[in-house]
Amino acid sequence: MKRLDAYPSRRDVMLGGVAAAAAAFAAPALAQAAPQVVVIGGGYAGATCARFLQREGVNVTLVEPNATYVSCPFSNAVLAGLRDMGQQTFTYDAIAAQGVRIARQAATKIDRDAKRVTLADGTTLAYDRLVLAPGIDMNFTALPGYDQAASDILPHAWKAGPQTLLLRQQLEAMADGGTVVISAPANPFRCPPGPYERASLIAWYLKTNKPKSKLIILDAKDSFSKQGLFTAAWKEIYGDMIEWVGLSGGGKVIEVKAAEKIFVTEFGEHRADVGNVIPPQRAGRIAIDAGIADQTGWCPIDPVTFEARAQAGVHVIGDAAVAGGMPKSAFAANAQAKACAQAVALMLRGAQAPEPKLINTCYSLVKPDYGISVAGVYSPAKGLLTDVPGAGGVSPAKAPDTVRAAEASYAEGWYKTITAEVFG
Amino acid sequence: MRRTRTATTSIGGALSALLFFSGAPTLGFAQDLRDVSGAPAGASACLGCHGAQPTSLPSLANLTAADIDTAMEQFRTGAREATLMNRIAKGFTPDESKAIAAWLGAKK
Repeated sequence: MKRLDAYPSRRDVMLGGVAAAAAAFAAPALAQAAPQVVVIGGGYAGATCARFLQREGVNVTLVEPNATYVSCPFSNAVLAGLRDMGQQTFTYDAIAAQGVRIARQAATKIDRDAKRVTLADGTTLAYDRLVLAPGIDMNFTALPGYDQAASDILPHAWKAGPQTLLLRQQLEAMADGGTVVISAPANPFRCPPGPYERASLIAWYLKTNKPKSKLIILDAKDSFSKQGLFTAAWKEIYGDMIEWVGLSGGGKVIEVKAAEKIFVTEFGEHRADVGNVIPPQRAGRIAIDAGIADQTGWCPIDPVTFEARAQAGVHVIGDAAVAGGMPKSAFAANAQAKACAQAVALMLRGAQAPEPKLINTCYSLVKPDYGISVAGVYSPAKGLLTDVPGAGGVSPAKAPDTVRAAEASYAEGWYKTITAEVFG
Repeated sequence: MRRTRTATTSIGGALSALLFFSGAPTLGFAQDLRDVSGAPAGASACLGCHGAQPTSLPSLANLTAADIDTAMEQFRTGAREATLMNRIAKGFTPDESKAIAAWLGAKK
């Protein structure tokens, strides 16, 4: 009772919809007795977890400062002019209507001992268990010359939204014959095939609108996701338009000069007409500040319960987590969120979380009707989520156009289904 | 202390869940959101592609457990062609996919 008295007054937290209000007011004794879970972050991981926990009878508060969510998956198609931002943008209305409380604020502090989250306005939320799904932050101290201000000139567009539109506008304004430079980071980072899908779809835009232009990818690594498929398709579709420079070829960008749009590598300098810096990343700041992330900037977890190695009772899902073989993808975030919701619901009842099995699927578009995929199945082994041997892998190297077209259409189908599950 | 609270909260949780559920249909929420606490390993991940409504990807809503189990077996052995499901199915044993099929097929 004492704990729950300290729960924020109802005016401090935006109650989600009629269902929550009815439950809270009609039967306060019951509502107070239900376990409290706070979920920080309303992306694919956090929003999914909040919904499925609420289904289990848990009182869930989703902490998310933004009124809408802008999806990274398919945002590369916005850069190419193939989609508009409306198709990328989702509200939290359905989640609130379901009975999840939405606290439309940033979480500023986690008190791990008192089990409380402080919000930007000073309100605190008590929790029995906490789910952290803060996604990524750009690491604006890792690449000399690339800070927040530089991203206004050389957008990262690695969180979808205004940055996506800025990069789109720059591409539209570029003259035919211009050079687009993309800097790709070392592993791990959000969406491993993303930089290469981006290069592909920008090349599609260039080929169809500004065919004398060129695109250079400067990469801090020597291999990348679906590499064989991408490089073969680039040659076939775009000829010499895309040039990829890997680490050992001098591709690692060690400094940017934003004002001049210059990318400095160990081997020389590249001047861009449009420059896209995908910088090194780390877990969202709240996870770092709370000491849940380790020195790598990411959050090690138990692969069965998703509990942080640093703190029992705090679970981490999505891009911020160290999920072993699982990539930082929306599909993985959504799958982890459901397994985590299961674990949390059972643990709140005093039961044991079962060993999960997880799936990932990532589609990439090389052009509008040409899709390729990578898939994996994962289970806990040696303290990590580990690839199940013999499963997963990428699309076949040789396949007829009908297979590539089918995978492009499955990508669209996946997006419709997953966004309906998370936000619909 | 901790044990006592867990016991009371689980009862409260169950009752408030009933409240939410009874309010659900009139509010029109929760399309195909399923209770995942009893899901067999791997099952909830399937819903990321296969939802209540078919898209270019099939919904499993109208399939029986036997349909799903057979499909998984055929994807696993290669008897049925696929762009991607063959790669997924190989990650599950026959027992695992039977349990998944039972859960997915039992929908509604």
